[in-house]
Amino acid sequence: MVRVDGKGTESLVEIRSLDKKYRRGGEEIDVLRGLNLDVDQGEFIAFMGPSGSGKTTLLNLIGGLDVPTAGTIRVAGDEIGALSGRKLAAWRARHIGFIFQMYNLIPVLTAFQNVQLPLLLTGLSKSDRREHVEAALELVGLTDRMHHYPRQLSGGQEQRVAIARAIVADPTILLCDEPTGDLDRASGDEILAIISRLSREFRKTIFLVTHDPVAAERAGTLLHLDKGTLLECAADGRVACKPEDRKR
Amino acid sequence: MAIPIEYNVRSAVARWPSTLVAVLSIAGTVAVFVVMLAMAQGFQATLVSGGSPENAIVLRGGAESEMMSALTLDQARVLAGAPGVARSAAGDPLASNEVVVIGAFALAATGSDANVQIRGVSPLALDVRPNVRIAGGRFFQPGLTELVVGRNVPSTYTGFSLGSTVEFGGGSWTIVGVFDAGGSSFDSEIWCDATVLNQIFKRPENIFQSVTVRLESPESLGAFKDAATSDPRLAVDVFRETTYYEEQSRTVSTIIRVLGFIVAAVMAVGAVFAALNTMYAAVSARSAEIATLKALGFGPASVVASFVGESIVVALAGGVVGSLAALPFNGFTSGTMNWSSFSYLAFSFRVTPAIVASGLVFSIVMGIVGGLPPAVRAARLPIVVALREL
Ligand SMILES: Nc1ncnc2c1ncn2[C@@H]1O[C@H](COP(=O)(O)OP(=O)(O)O)[C@@H](O)[C@H]1O
Ligand SMILES: [Mg+2]
Repeated sequence: MVRVDGKGTESLVEIRSLDKKYRRGGEEIDVLRGLNLDVDQGEFIAFMGPSGSGKTTLLNLIGGLDVPTAGTIRVAGDEIGALSGRKLAAWRARHIGFIFQMYNLIPVLTAFQNVQLPLLLTGLSKSDRREHVEAALELVGLTDRMHHYPRQLSGGQEQRVAIARAIVADPTILLCDEPTGDLDRASGDEILAIISRLSREFRKTIFLVTHDPVAAERAGTLLHLDKGTLLECAADGRVACKPEDRKR
Repeated sequence: MAIPIEYNVRSAVARWPSTLVAVLSIAGTVAVFVVMLAMAQGFQATLVSGGSPENAIVLRGGAESEMMSALTLDQARVLAGAPGVARSAAGDPLASNEVVVIGAFALAATGSDANVQIRGVSPLALDVRPNVRIAGGRFFQPGLTELVVGRNVPSTYTGFSLGSTVEFGGGSWTIVGVFDAGGSSFDSEIWCDATVLNQIFKRPENIFQSVTVRLESPESLGAFKDAATSDPRLAVDVFRETTYYEEQSRTVSTIIRVLGFIVAAVMAVGAVFAALNTMYAAVSARSAEIATLKALGFGPASVVASFVGESIVVALAGGVVGSLAALPFNGFTSGTMNWSSFSYLAFSFRVTPAIVASGLVFSIVMGIVGGLPPAVRAARLPIVVALREL
C-alpha cells in the first residue's frame, strides 16, 4: 500500500506533515510543505517532478542524510529525527542502500572493495564478506570485473557496482536518485532491469527518482512531486498524471 | 570495522604532489631531530666511555670538576694506601695523581686555535686505565718532557705527529707515543708526567687536581669511599669514574638536546602546517567521497579515525625518510667544546635505534596534530551539500 493522505497505519515508511525549508542568502525556499507518505514493505515507487521540485531532498530525508524543518519520518519504527551522529550512521547502515546518479564509487578502491564497504560495518568474517560481495556482484553480472577500478569500468558497469554496494548488506530500503540519469538508453535499461528484479524477486522496498517515464513505468506506484507535496498519479500507478511528463 | 586504511594510503599516493610536500617537510624535521639527538648521544657516550666502573676519581670536597680541585701529595699517598685500591704485580698501589692544564693549539682543519686538555699523569696511568693502550711509539719516560697524545690529536692539530716537537708552557716537548682510549674523551687529550708538568708550568709542586685509583673490583668502591671520606686528613669527594663522566657530560648533552628540541619544535610548526594543508586539501577534494562513506553508514568516529590515520601514514612516511636521511650521520665525527673542561672534544654522532624510534614517534605526533582538525572537518561536513558537489 502507498498512500499520500497521511491516513496509513503501520507502514514501513511513515511521513507526516513534512516541511523542508532551505535558507539561501536572506531568502527562504519552501521545498517540501506538509508532505505525507505511507509506504508498505516491498513497494516500488517512482517519484517524478520538475527539476528543483525536491525529489532529491525527499530521498535524503528518508535516508537520514538531512533533517526535516518540521514533521516526522518513521522508518521501520524508528523516528529518524531522534537519531544523530553515530546512531544515525548505524541506522543508515542497517536500513538504507543508496544509488546515486553519479555512482559515487570510491575511485581508489576496486569494485570488490567498494561493494565490501557496507559489510565492514557488520560483524561478518572475512570469508563471509567475500561470499556476500561475490553474490552481490553476481547479481549485477560483474563477477569478472571484481578487481577492476572504477576508472576501468563503463558508466553502466560503475552503476551496477554501486547497486551491488547498495544491496550487499541487505538494507530495508533502496533509495535510487536518478540512477540512469547519466547513462545511455541501453545501459540505463540494464540498470532498470536490475532494480525491477530487486523489487520482484527480492521484495525490496524501492524509491526511484527519475525524469524518465519509461523508467517510471517499471514502478508499482508513480508519485508526482509538485509544490512541495505528493500527488498519486493513478490508482494502478500505470498512468502518469500529467501527459507532458510522459513525453519528456 | 573501520574504513580500510588502504583507502587512505591509495588516496594519499593518488595525490602524490601534495602528499610529497608534507612528507618532505616532516622528513626534514625528523632528520634534524634525529641528528641533534645523535649528536647529544655521541657526545655523552664519548665522555662516559672514558670512565671505568673499576676506577674511582677523588677530588677535593665540593669541587665539581678537576678544574676546581686540588689535592696534596700527602693526601694522594693516603688515598693510594686506602683499602680497596688494587696493586700492581710489584705491589705498588694503582693510583694516578693527575694535573690538568689547558693548551691552545691550531686546528688542522681551520688553523684557528682550540683548547686541548693536557693531563699530567703518574707513570702508572696505563695500569690504572687498562682501556687506554699505546697504539704507536711508547709511553713517556718519567721526569722527561715527553708527550703521549690521544689518537685524535695528530689529525686534529697541526704539528702533533709522532716524533715531532712542540713548544708550550715554556718547555719543549717531544711526542713519543700515541694512545688509543677506545673512542673516549681521552682520545682528545695530551698526556705527560704530572711532576714534569707542574715544574714546566711553574705550578706548586706536589699539588695535584685529582687522584684516580684502580679498585680491586667494582664492589670495592664502598670500602674505598668510606675510608677516604672518613679520614680526618682528607676532605674529599669520591666518585665512581663512570658516574663522574656521566655528570660531566650532562650539561653539554642537555644543551645539545634542548637546542635540538627547540630547532625541531620550530621546524615541527612548519611541518604540521604542511600536514594540515595537505589534509585540508584532501578533505575538500574528497568531500563527495566522504559524504558517500557517511551515506553508507560510516559514523563520525570512523571518518575522524580514517583521516587522522591518513595523516599518520603520510607523517610516518616522512619520519622514515627523515630517519634514513639522518642515518649517514651515524659515526660522523665532529668536535665541540667540552664545557666542563673548556677543551675541545672530538666525538662521533650516534644514531641509535632508540633515537630513530623517538624520531618516528615525533613524526606520528606531527601527523596527529596536523591530521586532527581536517579530520574533524571531514566528519562534520554536511552530507547533502557534499553529495551535490559531485
Ligand atoms: N543545501 C541546500 N541549500 C539551499 N537550497 C537547496 C539545498 N539543497 C537543495 N536546495 C534547493 O531545494 C530545491 C529542491 O532541490 P532538489 O531536492 O535537489 O530538487 P530535485 O532533486 O527535485 O531536482 C531546489 O530549489 C534547490 O536549489
Ligand atoms: Mg535531484
